[in-house]
Amino acid sequence: MTANSIISVSHLSKSFGEVNALKDISFDVGEGEVFGFIGPDGAGKTTLFRIITTLLLPDEGEVTILGLDCVKGFRELRKNIGYMPGRFSLYMDLTVEENLNFYATVFGTTVRENYDLIADIYAHIEPFRKRPAGKLSGGMKQKLALSCALIHKPALLVLDEPTTGVDAVSRAEFWEMLKKLKKYHITILVSTPYMDEAMRCDKVALIQEGKILSVDQPERITDGFSRRLFSVRSSEKYKLIRALREFPLTDTAYPFGDSVHVTFRDDHYDDTLYRYLTAAGFTDVSIGETRAGIEDRFLELMTPPLQGSNRTL
Amino acid sequence: MKNTVISVRNLVKKFGNFIANDNLTFEVYKGEIFGFLGANGAGKTTAIRILSGLSKPTSGEVIVAGFDARKQPEQIKKNIGYMCQKFSLYEDLTVKENIMLYGGIYGMKKQLIRDRTRSLLERLQFEEYGDRLIAALPLGLKQKLAFSVAVLHEPKIVFLDEPTGGVDPITRRQFWEMIYETAARGITVFVTTHYMDEAEYCDRVSIMNEGKIEALDTPAGLKKQYQAGSIEEVFISIARPGKN
Repeated sequence: MTANSIISVSHLSKSFGEVNALKDISFDVGEGEVFGFIGPDGAGKTTLFRIITTLLLPDEGEVTILGLDCVKGFRELRKNIGYMPGRFSLYMDLTVEENLNFYATVFGTTVRENYDLIADIYAHIEPFRKRPAGKLSGGMKQKLALSCALIHKPALLVLDEPTTGVDAVSRAEFWEMLKKLKKYHITILVSTPYMDEAMRCDKVALIQEGKILSVDQPERITDGFSRRLFSVRSSEKYKLIRALREFPLTDTAYPFGDSVHVTFRDDHYDDTLYRYLTAAGFTDVSIGETRAGIEDRFLELMTPPLQGSNRTL
Repeated sequence: MKNTVISVRNLVKKFGNFIANDNLTFEVYKGEIFGFLGANGAGKTTAIRILSGLSKPTSGEVIVAGFDARKQPEQIKKNIGYMCQKFSLYEDLTVKENIMLYGGIYGMKKQLIRDRTRSLLERLQFEEYGDRLIAALPLGLKQKLAFSVAVLHEPKIVFLDEPTGGVDPITRRQFWEMIYETAARGITVFVTTHYMDEAEYCDRVSIMNEGKIEALDTPAGLKKQYQAGSIEEVFISIARPGKN
């Protein structure tokens, strides 16, 4: 456990019957950090967040939050954690205002007492304060749920996939709201399946099948990409992917938007590929070396470099 | 000359006083991958329901796979496939039973269903999963299977509503390769997504805002027009004008 750790998890495991949801997970979250868990559905993000919010018990390992053990200290911890679960936590038949008052009352406070904290966020939905939560748009529900999770001024805010299924504009707004919370020194734990959101976090853990693949600052995770990476383009995308897979020196070839990202065996690259593709009938090929993004790194961590024969995806 | 499979002229759809689709005009071509983007509530779902024969336009002309959405919705339904993230396959049926069911619904002959089932399972390297319940499959496999089932009857167009939500990056790419392969076979792929980077996989992209199509071009063309580095920037400048 490092100094100023708000969350310290060591060797945490959790199983449900045969399913090992979390396998020997360790990490620390510092005070005031926005710490992101990035990974697909079924990676274990929600299980982990439920343990941290004292809603599930760990099978093995230690979880210390705000200096308290997550099992023994659960009563005290619950007062200091704000939790926004993946499915909305709102009462759909209560109005905006009633939801907020309800959460404030449950935590023994009032909306007025901590209004400063939510003012920026709540301002967007205040015009609709008499409307039932069930009648709000997705983006507005999300803002109300965040207001409700913050109204007792928690030291730790836990957000489980707050931006899933939300359009790019609302997602961008949501991350701006989180950034503004920094001045209140609230530590934020957030999960997302969107790789591009990793760059918005101070620190990121990539998680897959119950294991943490990497924990670091997002730029450093990207820097961890160890290979030479090439971006290959042609208007005939499907044909290009197939040709690249058949090229004997290819290690990995993944479509990335309008190009294909390719690594070569032993990182060996020369003009053989260009000649190969030209001979295969491509007339508009361009090949250039490129910098890896977070998704390239995730793919690399999921598939260690190839030994022996060509891989099939 | 491009072969048009969807032709929309001055489409308007109103619910009471609310204009969900405000004078849409666009075309989609055979074998094209067409990205249909827009903010939540922009009117995408309304438009897709009309294009798939589930809802009628208030005014305007909508021709899908050669049929009029107002007069021939049943013909349209036979010529399209549909897959969405939330529900496509029956969890308590096996893989083979789901394929049989959908084949039957599309009026395919038993022998044809059997043949297609075999080649589908082979292509997905799914042979061992044929008798498993859908509920027991990992999400990535379910999504790939759902897509294969949506094109089982070789429709002219397949509609994909956020097909890749929540899947890992490798599965997401495998899924896009299936889309490329399908488009290369001449089936038009009409796809909505919230992953803005996925828009870059499409041949052309339209962006809706408040019931209107505000932009429609190739990804490269849109980035050039809006002087943006990514489709996400284009999207945000359209859906949130004046800010940022």
